[in-house]
Amino acid sequence: MSLKTILKVEDLTKYFVVNRSLFSAGEVVKAVDGVSFSLMQGETLSLVGESGCGKSTTGRLVLRLIDPTRGSVHYQGQDIARLPADKMRKLRSQMQIIFQDPWSSLNPRMTVKEIIGEGLRRQPGLSRAQRKKMVLDMMETVGLRPEHYDRHPHEFSGGQRQRLGVARALIMRPKLVVADEPLSALDVSVQAQVVNLLARLKRDLGLSYLFISHDLAIVEHISDRIAVMYLGKLMELASKRQLFAQPRHPYTQALFSAAPTTEVGREKKRIILTGDVPSPLNPPKGCRFHTRCPVAQEDCRQLEPEFKLLAPGHWVACHHPING
Amino acid sequence: MFWKKFLHNPIGMIGVIVIAMNIFMAAFAPVLATHNPLAINVAQQSEEPSAQHWFGTDEFGRDIYSRVIYGSRISLYISLFSVLVATFLGVAIGATSGYYGGWMDNIIMRIMDAVMSFPAILLAIGILAVLGPNLSNVVLALGLVYTPRFARIVRGSVLSLKEKEFVEASKAIGNGDAFIIFRHILPNCTAPLIVQATASLAYAILAESMLSFLGLGAPPPAPSWGNILSDARNFMMDNAMMTVFPGLAITMAVLGFNLVGDALRDVLDPRLK
Repeated sequence: MSLKTILKVEDLTKYFVVNRSLFSAGEVVKAVDGVSFSLMQGETLSLVGESGCGKSTTGRLVLRLIDPTRGSVHYQGQDIARLPADKMRKLRSQMQIIFQDPWSSLNPRMTVKEIIGEGLRRQPGLSRAQRKKMVLDMMETVGLRPEHYDRHPHEFSGGQRQRLGVARALIMRPKLVVADEPLSALDVSVQAQVVNLLARLKRDLGLSYLFISHDLAIVEHISDRIAVMYLGKLMELASKRQLFAQPRHPYTQALFSAAPTTEVGREKKRIILTGDVPSPLNPPKGCRFHTRCPVAQEDCRQLEPEFKLLAPGHWVACHHPING
Repeated sequence: MFWKKFLHNPIGMIGVIVIAMNIFMAAFAPVLATHNPLAINVAQQSEEPSAQHWFGTDEFGRDIYSRVIYGSRISLYISLFSVLVATFLGVAIGATSGYYGGWMDNIIMRIMDAVMSFPAILLAIGILAVLGPNLSNVVLALGLVYTPRFARIVRGSVLSLKEKEFVEASKAIGNGDAFIIFRHILPNCTAPLIVQATASLAYAILAESMLSFLGLGAPPPAPSWGNILSDARNFMMDNAMMTVFPGLAITMAVLGFNLVGDALRDVLDPRLK
């Protein structure tokens, strides 16, 4: 793995204004609040967390499908958060997204050849025959048969549809792929196929993944590094080995203890968190996790912990990291 | 593919046949008509149907059969073109408004609401009073009156479609707004649009007849189904047959459009297969 940074995200923030009406200025949802991380070339960084913690919003901000409120996204040294629309469009083919829902992510009126070939339309100097060959090659790469070429998405199963989504993204020859829970809508047997497909394509094409998921078993399988997110902020970021062996943040520990394991002799003590995730409309003062944290102390309620380096490559946002 | 499916839809075929008959009637009116639709015959006023006058005659002794045949020209012309005007304006307004959103969307849709708050006929009368009654103004007036319905339907569909992930995917590929609107959003709006268009074709035929009744539709001696029917209403108690045939013509045309609309919706939406 080369150590070239392909993506560097700093203080990325997205506030949504909701319930705005004639009579009120509305309320602010802090969906993503000051997230920083970087992604190396050829690396898979997983973003894990509960529903609604801002994982998907982060993914969309990274690709600038939505504009950030604050912060920067440096893609190969260039801040794309502030790039004019026409220059951004030229860069878009290099960064693609694979979606969670293989039903709403494919236009029901288009055929396979139109869906996969859509991105080729903008590439100059391709003849019709060349385009067809590229589409058929890509179909083979993701495991679709040539006779699928003229079919509509509704004629496929969930796994096949997800392969279609993968093909649409990868035919652009991207360097960076954001995979937004690409497996959670699929059966377990199909998940394995798609996860292996993603792993193989990464190896063959030299991709970097930002892999958004809440399934820790898959995350453990596919990631190089893992970032844990809670209520719009990163709680912990470390290599897979570090994080699974020794989670330092109480939230990470609780989250990992909730994941079922099939390995004998890897019995874990469950840490049961009480209460619900607070609303991002009104996140708690101090550390965002203090309302549910088993080891919270007075300073956690007052002071927001910094996201700091605890050990080489191991970032934690906690005043009282575990085993520290 | 589309035609194969469509031809296998019996209901749609009945609709197509009915509409084809109407179009045939309009196209070959001079051949099909037995009399001059404008010729007054004082000797044969308000007659029952007979071998000479198949549908009978009106108060001026004009042949109702020939008038109904020629009337299809005006009725079809007005309904088709007014719906075309409304669809074109409605799609343009609704798609822009829904896709870009913001304050512009707010202002545009409030204007549409204001237009819609007027009863359709009243508004059409108002527009015609300003523009003056003639055929193209009737088309324009009805087109403007029906525009908000199309704008609303398209805007509603666009609002939900623009959040779909295939739209985001297209954006991620690097496509511009125009491409996304025309390739991804509008094709997925066709089902509600077709339903609205067929219903509006029917409304437009009815609206045209109401306007004709009020003297704002087709200028008097020219026959339209509307004014034949309105003329006949005065004599309904004496000669009911006078109202039956123009009424039947209107019913058949409306039915035909509705059947075709339903069939098209079934065929065009691949998910309903």
